[in-house]
Amino acid sequence: MDTLPAKLALSRAVGLAARASGRGGGTSLPGRLLLRLDPQALRRLAAQLPRGRYVISATNGKTTTAAISASILERTGRVLVRNTAGANMAGGIASTLLAATRSDGTINGDTGLFEVDEFWLDSVTEQLEPSALVLGNLFRDQLDRYGELESIASRWAQVVAGLDAGSALILNADDPLIADLGREHNAAIYFGVEDDRLALATRQHASDATHCRRCGATYLYESVYLGHLGHYRCPGCGWQRPAPVVQARDVTLHGTTAASFTLVSGQQERPVSLRLPGLYNVYNALAAAALAIACGIDLDTVTAGLEAATAAFGRAETVELAGLPIQILLIKNPAGANAILQTLVLEPGELDLLAILNDNIADGRDVSWIWDADFEPLVPHVRHVVCAGRRASELALRFKYAGLARERLTVEPELSRALDIAAGQAPGRLFALPTYTALIELRAELGRRGAVSPYWS
Amino acid sequence: MSEPEKLRVCALYPELMNIYADRGNLLMLRCRCEWRGIAFELSSAGIGEGIDPDGADIFYMGGGQDSDQELCAADLVEHKREALLAAAARGAIVLGVCGGYQLLGHGYQLADRTLPGIGLLDVHTVRSDGPRLTGNVAIEVDLPGAHARVLAGFENHGGRTHLGPHASPLGRVLRGHGNNGSDGYEGACQGSVIGTYLHGPLLPKNAWFADWLISSALGGAALEPLDDELEELAHASARAAAGL
Repeated sequence: MDTLPAKLALSRAVGLAARASGRGGGTSLPGRLLLRLDPQALRRLAAQLPRGRYVISATNGKTTTAAISASILERTGRVLVRNTAGANMAGGIASTLLAATRSDGTINGDTGLFEVDEFWLDSVTEQLEPSALVLGNLFRDQLDRYGELESIASRWAQVVAGLDAGSALILNADDPLIADLGREHNAAIYFGVEDDRLALATRQHASDATHCRRCGATYLYESVYLGHLGHYRCPGCGWQRPAPVVQARDVTLHGTTAASFTLVSGQQERPVSLRLPGLYNVYNALAAAALAIACGIDLDTVTAGLEAATAAFGRAETVELAGLPIQILLIKNPAGANAILQTLVLEPGELDLLAILNDNIADGRDVSWIWDADFEPLVPHVRHVVCAGRRASELALRFKYAGLARERLTVEPELSRALDIAAGQAPGRLFALPTYTALIELRAELGRRGAVSPYWS
Repeated sequence: MSEPEKLRVCALYPELMNIYADRGNLLMLRCRCEWRGIAFELSSAGIGEGIDPDGADIFYMGGGQDSDQELCAADLVEHKREALLAAAARGAIVLGVCGGYQLLGHGYQLADRTLPGIGLLDVHTVRSDGPRLTGNVAIEVDLPGAHARVLAGFENHGGRTHLGPHASPLGRVLRGHGNNGSDGYEGACQGSVIGTYLHGPLLPKNAWFADWLISSALGGAALEPLDDELEELAHASARAAAGL
């Protein structure tokens, strides 16, 4: 007898009980229980999604890429089963599938769209059997949790090797670690940026992947866009950036609010106005566009979906607190922080910041990374920074050694008081830069003050 | 003395051995010199490049990914060992952090091979099958002019390091794992050579140690005090994270 419905019911009841007890946000608990009861639950539930299962992973941009992809896919009449709020490990994905499953065990939806944690990609992909896999970038991140970049790249190479022959593989041509994964795959679909005006003078400090994984030679860059993303070639084995079939040209960045570019797919092109800021979001949009194009969706629908996409939770979203606009920009690793800092510098005028550094497990216990991020270019634009969170004073010290005058810095570890100070003195707008758990706390605090609702509701 | 004071720092493999934001240490040394009117000169030596043993007062080597560490191990032996031995012999400070610490010893024994070290420290390191030793750490050190001072930081290493008779521990573990998770000691000192597993931006968490390095490298010069309110808060924060 198939006992799956009983296991589903039990797991669901536990989730409801946990929520009723006021522990809100514990989105992965029922899924983790379900996986204990039935280790094949992901496979069994996901197999019921007839129009495809799409998996997205990257160090940075998973959540936003999934949100943009959803904006496109939903236009084609698909009913998505999709994880949100960073529930991107096996338990969170199982919870998502569980929530979409009816009491008789059938699923309410036809397409799965899952962002997956870098470290969980191999085990989760093996069960989800994706019809398309999107890999966006690999940057150094939480070394205490993930280990070093090369070991993740090796695990991902195994994932790619294990894909079904019919699965689409969508890769960022501009990230040498990602593009390399397509070398043995005949039909990899590459996306990338073609705009030399964006090139930085030098590679950023936190750039990784300086060496070819195959032969060990140092990559030569013709242009660098973001971290180690750019146009490169290996002088040792001759490998070079694959020519992307999905491209962004004529990129224009509009501060922290928007970006526009020409989307090129083969012989076709469309102008795109993105309601998301920064070059990093152009990459996220390209990844989503490449996925949609691989699914056979026409370019007009792709463009409409890109233009309708709005900021995901804490990723450049703006909330209002008693009339003060607060834009929330998650920072969690050097490359991601650099992308945000590069974008903030585009804003005219002086900036008021609330920067929040936590060191909980989901943030990474090790806060060393703040010394890898390039705060220096931001300093001339800063009017005042309030530093908060469990490691507030260490973040303040980073600003000091980046050149910020002491009188422009306030240290207030306690978030509620820090928000009072920052909001109280910001003349017209405030930018909040929280790490992951700080983002959850900040959203909750803003919710208590009537600015936004808690994310699990 | 009419010559203006100058601190010369040579970063070894700054492109490769920088996995945990080691540049924070170099930035700390630079700022704390320049704020005092001490000139600061930073040089670097990468793969294949030789070094001048008289060319720096402090030689710094951080941590790297496994493959990068392996490249550097071979290069150190081939291109830099003699110069670093000469530099240490004349009293220049050689500071190795994390992977850099391991390479200052006799070698790093992996499952199937051993990475060579340059033997500036009488220590040897063995890769363990056990878990990586990871977490916040605090140690108590005794250095000339710095009695019972605390260094706080973060460690993340798969190797277990054991000291021979010629090396002394850098400190006693107050919180965390230290050299090997069993003998209660962390790091190593031998003359002016220092190694530690407190990785990456160790100096921003311990401004007093940055000043100790500057002062020692300049022959024990007394340093002008700075406004260290934030530095002391940061040190307290790192100690608190380690549970101290």
